[in-house]
Amino acid sequence: MADPRTSIISQRLASITRIIAVSSGKGGVGKSLVATTLALILFKEGCKVGLFDLDFTSPSTHTILGAKNAQPTEDKGLIPPNINGLDYMSLIYYTNDQPAPLRGTDTSNALIELLAVTRWGQLDYLILDMPPGIGDAVLDLIRFAKCVEFIIVTTPSQLAFETVKKLSSLLKDLEVPIVGVVENMKMDQGDTIRQKTEELGLNFLGGISYDPNVEHAIGNPEALLNTAIAQRTQEIAKMLQTQ
Amino acid sequence: MHEWALAEAVIKAATEIADKEKLKEVAFVEIKIGELQQVERVILSFALKQLRPVRFKKTKFRITRAKTQLKCRACGNTWLFQKQKLDHTIKEAIHFVPEVAHTYIKCPRCGSPDFEITQGRGIWLEQVIGTR
Repeated sequence: MADPRTSIISQRLASITRIIAVSSGKGGVGKSLVATTLALILFKEGCKVGLFDLDFTSPSTHTILGAKNAQPTEDKGLIPPNINGLDYMSLIYYTNDQPAPLRGTDTSNALIELLAVTRWGQLDYLILDMPPGIGDAVLDLIRFAKCVEFIIVTTPSQLAFETVKKLSSLLKDLEVPIVGVVENMKMDQGDTIRQKTEELGLNFLGGISYDPNVEHAIGNPEALLNTAIAQRTQEIAKMLQTQ
Repeated sequence: MHEWALAEAVIKAATEIADKEKLKEVAFVEIKIGELQQVERVILSFALKQLRPVRFKKTKFRITRAKTQLKCRACGNTWLFQKQKLDHTIKEAIHFVPEVAHTYIKCPRCGSPDFEITQGRGIWLEQVIGTR
């Protein structure tokens, strides 16, 4: 007759001021790093922030945060553990960091389950690290989190930007707000992505230069906050806060 | 008590159905729980009674358990989920998110993790009966 879990999701998200889905049309554009850095910066600026890794089959934010041995607390649902200031939720708590070979229906069910039982409480921002593309996670999120806003991450590659067009077109059709586009892994001072973004009628939130040294900061949030990537992300966080 | 969160969901969903059906009083709610999620019936029942709003004061909650059937997409084999064969940590992980069964359970015939949960996954609201 009915799946009761879907009825409670809006109540679970009701005390969150803004839900920001960091997404992309293509994989490998640095979404997880942008999402995690953005969450850490917002926390550093005094906001109460949650980070939820929705890339169930290829999660990586736990590696970026260096999250080890943490588990949600069970109290009338699941309370995410606080890791480096962030209320952090991921499927890895339950997969023991082993592969989760999930098809679309399974992804949807896992997402609905976690949205239904996770008690985030009061948050200024819930940052979502999305899987690439316009599949189940994007569609479910739009269905269940009515106030979600999207940040789209791309690279300077024309191939990546082609998928930005498709994702932004879908979001516009569904009247889902798009905060703007971030150009990650910039190799030069070129302005093409900014121009193309503005041609689509979207905000260009900024460019983040490619930094090979960021690898040394993986697993160390303090070091991550001292990278050039974090400096640029801070400007993006400011733009986000003023919108 | 993860069951508490599920009980809240059941009450909310049953209330929505009662609103839609214009029920003044809800007499009976039937809930199905799939074995895969291993929801504790006693805890769920307790939470439902604690959470029930006025309209559900005289409601009889019937909770029935459904066996979990799995079907391998690779070789077509079907089999029943048996929690006894899993260790405690794995059972608990599946309890919170049944889909992680794909991490721990393989088809007993061909070893594939690509199976379908054809019945008995988690919680399901079967019927809501009341008076207008």
